[in-house]
Amino acid sequence: MASILEIKELTKRFSDNVAVDGVSFSVNKGVCFGLLGPNGAGKTTTIEMMEGILPPTSGEISYQGRGIDNAYREDVGIQFQHTAIQDFLTVEETLKLFIKFYKKSLPIEQLIETCALESILNRDTRKLSGGQKQRLLLALAILNDPTIVFLDEPTTGLDPQARRNFWQLIDRIKKQNKTVILTTHYMDEAESLCDEIVIMDKGKIIEQGAPQTLLSKHFEGVILSLPKQLVEALTASGITFTENNNRLDVLTEDVEELIRSLLDKKLPLDGMQIRSPDLEDLFIKLTGHMLRG
Amino acid sequence: MLKRILAILNARNIEFVRDRSAMAWSFVLPVFLLVGFSFMFGEEGKQLYKVGLLDSAAMIESKENAKRTESKEDAERASQFELNTINTKQQQSAFTSLKYISWVNYKEQQKAILMVDQHKIDLLVDFTKKRYWLNSTSANGYMAEKLLLAYHPDFQSSQTSGRAVRYLDWVMPGILGMNMMFSCLFGVGYVIVRYRKNGVLKRFQATPLSAFEFLSAQVLSRLLIVMSVTTILFLGCNWLFDFYILGSMIDLFVIALLGASSMIALSLMIAAKSQSEELTGGLLNFFSWPMMFLSGVWFSLEGAMPFVQKVADLFPLTHMLKAARAIMTDGASLADVQGHMLVLSLMTVGFLALGSLMFDWGSERT
Repeated sequence: MASILEIKELTKRFSDNVAVDGVSFSVNKGVCFGLLGPNGAGKTTTIEMMEGILPPTSGEISYQGRGIDNAYREDVGIQFQHTAIQDFLTVEETLKLFIKFYKKSLPIEQLIETCALESILNRDTRKLSGGQKQRLLLALAILNDPTIVFLDEPTTGLDPQARRNFWQLIDRIKKQNKTVILTTHYMDEAESLCDEIVIMDKGKIIEQGAPQTLLSKHFEGVILSLPKQLVEALTASGITFTENNNRLDVLTEDVEELIRSLLDKKLPLDGMQIRSPDLEDLFIKLTGHMLRG
Repeated sequence: MLKRILAILNARNIEFVRDRSAMAWSFVLPVFLLVGFSFMFGEEGKQLYKVGLLDSAAMIESKENAKRTESKEDAERASQFELNTINTKQQQSAFTSLKYISWVNYKEQQKAILMVDQHKIDLLVDFTKKRYWLNSTSANGYMAEKLLLAYHPDFQSSQTSGRAVRYLDWVMPGILGMNMMFSCLFGVGYVIVRYRKNGVLKRFQATPLSAFEFLSAQVLSRLLIVMSVTTILFLGCNWLFDFYILGSMIDLFVIALLGASSMIALSLMIAAKSQSEELTGGLLNFFSWPMMFLSGVWFSLEGAMPFVQKVADLFPLTHMLKAARAIMTDGASLADVQGHMLVLSLMTVGFLALGSLMFDWGSERT
C-alpha cells in the first residue's frame, strides 16, 4: 500500500521540555491511523506538526512526496481537540462560512446528512451540546472533501452513546476511502476504528503496527482478571500478575490449569473474569503504567 | 482571496449585529455624553467680554516702508502717520485698560473676523484703521461696542453675522472620536485575543485562509461598523443639536475614515501576539486613556506645555480631532489638513505592517 505521509525524526521542543523526541513512521493511503498514548505522551503535538499547524523543531514531514506547502491546506481537514467557532453564527452559517475558504467543497446537503446536522441547522453554535458540537466540527473537517482527515481526541468528553454515534460517522468517512489520522486515549475507540496504530509515551514511539498484529505479537493466551483483594494471596502464591483498573490481571496460555491452581490454593474465584488481551494491556505491558494515568 | 475576505467580513458583521448589548452601547454612550454636555454647557453667554485686537505689526511695517522712501511727500506722510499712531495708542491704552474685558491679539484679519462670526470674541477692533467688527446677533457684542464708542466715537462699524460655536459643537467631534477609538481598539484587539485564546484563530489557521486575509477582513469589518455607527450618530445628533459645520461633510467623513483605520491598525498591532485578555486590556488602556485626555477630546491643548503637545501628536486621535475641528469650525478643506491626513495614513500603514509581521494564530505553545 502506498504511503501518503512520511514522518522522519520529528522533534518538538518547548523551552526545556521535549514534547516529541525524534519519531518516525509512515501513514498508508486510505487507512485509519491511530496515535495512542496517555495524556502528555506527545500525540497532539505530533498530529499538529503533521497538520502543519505547529512548526517542528527538527525532522521532516512529507505529503505525497513533497513538503507541506500552501496547497496542503486544501487537501486536509482538521478537527482539533480544543477549538471554538465564531460566536453568534448558526450551524448552517458556520458551514457556509468555512465552505468559502476552499477552492472545492462537498455539497452542503451531503455534509448535513453525513454528520447528522439536519435537526440543528438553525441553532446558534453556542447552544450546541458536546456531541452536536463535535459533529459540526467533523463537518468542518471534511467539507473540503479532504484526502486526509485529522481527528484529535474527537470523542473526549462525550457520553458513551454520543461516542458510539461519532464512531459511526468516522466509519462513514472511512468508507469514502479517505485517510483518517486519529489520536485517542480510548483503547476501545482505537480497536474499533484503527487499521494501524502507533503507541507513544513520553514523546517517543514505543510500538507500531496493526492492532491485532501487535496483540498477537505481545500476548499468547487469555487474561484471567481477579478482584484486587487477592493481591496478597496471589503474591504469596508466586503467580505473576499486573494491576489494571483496580483489578489483578494474570496472563495465561492455559486458563483451565490456572483456575485449577487457584482452587488448589483455596483462593476465592468470586468476581473472576476471562477476557482477551486488549491495547490497554499492551500499553501496560510496554510502559508499566496505566494508559489514562 | 476576495471571497475569503468577504466571508470573514460578513461573519464578523453578523457577530457584531447579533451581539445586541455591545451594539447598543456603541450608540448609547456618545448620545448620553452629548446630551449631558448640552445640559452642562448649554447656557448662552458668558459674564466676561472678549475683545480682539488686530496686531499693530502691519501698522509698524507701513511706517518702516514710508521711512525707506526718499521723496519729501513720503517723508511728510510718514511723520503724520507717526503722530496719528501716538494719538491712537494713547486712546487705545485708555480703552484697553478697562477692567473685566479679556483681550486677544490677532495677526490675521480674516481669522479674527471668523472669531467674531462664531461668537468666540464679542468685538474685533483695528486701532490703525479705526474700524471694528461686530456680530449683529451678539448681545455681548452690542455692549462691548457701546464701551468702545465711548472712547472712540469716530470708529467705523462693520457688521458680521454667524452662529455662536458652542462648547457642544467643539466637544462633539471629541466624543464621537472617543467612541470610535474605544470601538476600534477594544472591538478589534479584544476580539482577536479572545479568538486566539478560545481557539477560533487556530480553527481558521487550519483552512487556506491567510493571516493577511483574516486581518484585512477584521479591518474592513470594523471600519464598516465604526463608520456606520459614527455616521448615524453624527447625523442623528446633528438633527438634534444642529451642530456648527462650516466645512464639507464629505471631508469630515474622509478624516473619520482615516482616523478609524489608524486606530484599528493600532489595535491589531497591540493584539498581534498576546494570548491574555488581561494583558491586552492593560495595553489597550495604556493607549486609550492618554489618548482620551491628551488628544483634545474634552479640552483644547493649545495652552498646554509644549512637551505635552508633542506627546499628544503621537496619538492618531489627536490628528483626527484637529483635522475634524478645523473642517467643522474653521471651514478647512482636505488640502488644509493634509499634514494630519499624512500622519494618519503613515500610522495606518506602519501599524498594519507591524501587526501582520508579529501576528500569531495562537497555535504555538511555550
